Formats: sequence, C-alpha cells, structure tokens
Amino acid sequence: MTTVTENDTVLEDQFNTRIDSGEYIEPKDWMPDRYRKQLLRMMSQHAHSEVVGMLPEGNWITRAPSLRRKVALMAKVQDEAGHGLYIYSSAETLGMDRSEMEAQLLSGKAKYSSIFNYPTLSWADIGSIGWLVDGAAIVNQTMLAKASFGPYARAMIRICKEENFHHKQGYEILATLMKGTDVQKAMAQESVNRFWWPALMMFGPSDKDSPNSADLLRWKVKKNTNDELRQRFIDRTVPQADFIGLTLPDPKLKLNEETKHYDVGEIDWDEFYAVIGGNGPCNAQRLSARQKAHNEGAWVREAANAYANKKNN
Amino acid sequence: MSESNSSNWPLWEVFTQKKTGSPHEHAGSVHAPDSEIALQNARDVYARRNEAVSLWVVKSEMVIATSPGDSGPFFDPANDKMYRHPNFYKTPEGVKNL
Repeated sequence: MTTVTENDTVLEDQFNTRIDSGEYIEPKDWMPDRYRKQLLRMMSQHAHSEVVGMLPEGNWITRAPSLRRKVALMAKVQDEAGHGLYIYSSAETLGMDRSEMEAQLLSGKAKYSSIFNYPTLSWADIGSIGWLVDGAAIVNQTMLAKASFGPYARAMIRICKEENFHHKQGYEILATLMKGTDVQKAMAQESVNRFWWPALMMFGPSDKDSPNSADLLRWKVKKNTNDELRQRFIDRTVPQADFIGLTLPDPKLKLNEETKHYDVGEIDWDEFYAVIGGNGPCNAQRLSARQKAHNEGAWVREAANAYANKKNN
Repeated sequence: MSESNSSNWPLWEVFTQKKTGSPHEHAGSVHAPDSEIALQNARDVYARRNEAVSLWVVKSEMVIATSPGDSGPFFDPANDKMYRHPNFYKTPEGVKNL
C-alpha cells in the first residue's frame, strides 16, 4: 500500500505535467494545496480590488461635468461591481464561500490593490484612473486571461473586453482637458503627477522581492514577471502621454535606444509597503465605506429573503 | 453587523445564449434567494452589453458532473472507435464531393 505522501508526490508530478503541457486546471481536478491557497489569495484580493475600486470613482458621479460623462462613469462603476462578482464566482469554485471572503474584506483582514487607497481630489482623477489605473490593470489581466486555472482565465477574458471602454473613457477625459483652458490643463497634469507612481506600483514589487512570484510562474498562473508587465505598461503609456502634451513626473524617464524600452527612475517602495500596510491616505475611509454599505444594505437582503420564503410557503 | 447575508442564498449557474439559434453556454454563477431574482442578477452580471438574448439559471446543486478522476475510464469507450470519423475511410483519389 502506498502512503499518502507518496501518492501526493505522484499526483503533484501529474499536475506539473499537465501545467507544463499548457492544460487548464478545473475546480474539481486534483491540485496541490499551495496552488489552491495561492489562487484563493490572489482571486479574493482581485475581487476585493474591483469592489473597493468603485469607491474613489463613485465619489465623482454626482459631480460629473456632463450627462455623457455621468452615464459613462455610472456604467464603469457598475462594471467594477460586475467584475468583482465574476471573480468571487470563480473563487467560489475552489470551495470558499463568498460570505467568508466578504467577511475578510469587511474585517480589514483581506488585502486589495494599494491604488484604491489614494483619494480622487479632482475630476481629472477620473481620467487618470481610467487611463493609468485601468491601463495597468489591462496589462495584468490580459496575462491572467491565460492563467492555468480555468474559471479565473474565463473571468479575465470577460473583464478584459470591458476594461477597454474604461481605459478609453479615461484617456478621453484627459485629452479633452488638455485641449481646454490653462486651468484645465493644469488640473490634468496635477492629477497625472499624483497617479503615475502609484500606478507603476500596482504591478507589485520587483520579482526578486516578491514572495509569491516563483510559485505563480511555475504553475503558469502568471506568465510574466511583475517587472516585465510594468515595463510593458510604461512602454505603451509614455507615447500616449506625449500625444496629448502630458508630462510624466519622472526626470529619469527616457527611451533607451539600445533596448527600445523606456528607462525609469526608482520606485519608492517604502510608500508602497506603507499603503498596503494600512497607512495610505484613504485605507480607513475605504473600509468604513464598505462596512457602511454592507450594513445599510441589510434590509434589502432581508426583504429578498422574506419574499422568497413567502413564495415558497 | 447584520445576520442577513447574501451568500447564504443558493448559488445558481448561469447560461447565456448569444443569439437565437446558438447554444446556451455557461457564463458563471450568481447568488439569489429565488429563481426570479436569480434571473435578474444574472442579467445584471452577465448581460450588461447585449451578451444574451436568453438566459437559463439552474441551482448549482442540481448540476451532476463527471468527476475528473474517472474521466479516463468514463470516456474511453470512444477512444478505439476511429471508424466513427470520416478520415477513417479511404476514397479513390480524385473523386469529388465526398
């Protein structure tokens, strides 16, 4: 009789062979416990980011400068809710209940993307979020659309299609401001100055300092390193800034003629770790807004339950 | 915090039909207290951009699936029946519309 340990080794070998040959892993398939845990961590963080991401943008719905901008922003915020639900739905296939993930978010235990702990101080920030934050998210999510876990990959394909609207509407906002008055141009530039570095931090620390990268790359959950993705984002974004006359707040930013990539200055990782450690400008505000929304929505859930019970009896 | 939690609601699998004549395909899942709200939630989550002309929702617990461990023996009756495929058959060279 084989022992459990030997059996697990055989199963893990088979799992690795499947990964190496480019197969997708589905929820009921055997998978190493660490694969399951890493995916749950990653997917719940990702879902929470979509949900918390509604807050900085929701801040400007009532103050959007035109009806056109307002319907677009409402649709975008609604998409973020949808994206959160796609990913929660995918994560649930691994056996964790959504209420458990929700509880982790509301208690402050779960992490979400550091970018959403920055405030939206001007209308131009809605442009910067669409262009830079969603632009960075698209680079990451296009890679994740090929992740080895089937439900995650399928959710990402859906999300990527929708993010393109977010990205373009953000750029359109900034491009319009850059054709406006001096005050409007200054507003756009000031916003980009604040969002550029935090957007670069969204890809996470350099891989040599990223504790999860090796496993995620080995299992083909990720196909590129954080640094590769960050570079891809920089290379496609810098010319877009030039095109509408925005400058990026990095004196060292320069096209490297040899590598054909842009060289950039040092990212302030102390700031990144402070923000994910809970000390960003809006961490407390975001959490209390989520808790308030959850508590104030209780009556809706109760009403829906009461109605379902009444119909069933 | 309130006891009322939307995740205690049953889980429903959502199937969308892109256009008439196409099959319904699995899109994902939603939580809902009853079938009516399940359909509305499915519309809001999986059909915000005309992705569907028809929706099905099925309680997830009602779906019976093959288990991955058994999929080899379960499907192997089809493995040695190449004669079910057209390329099993040889035809004289040059014959048309066959």
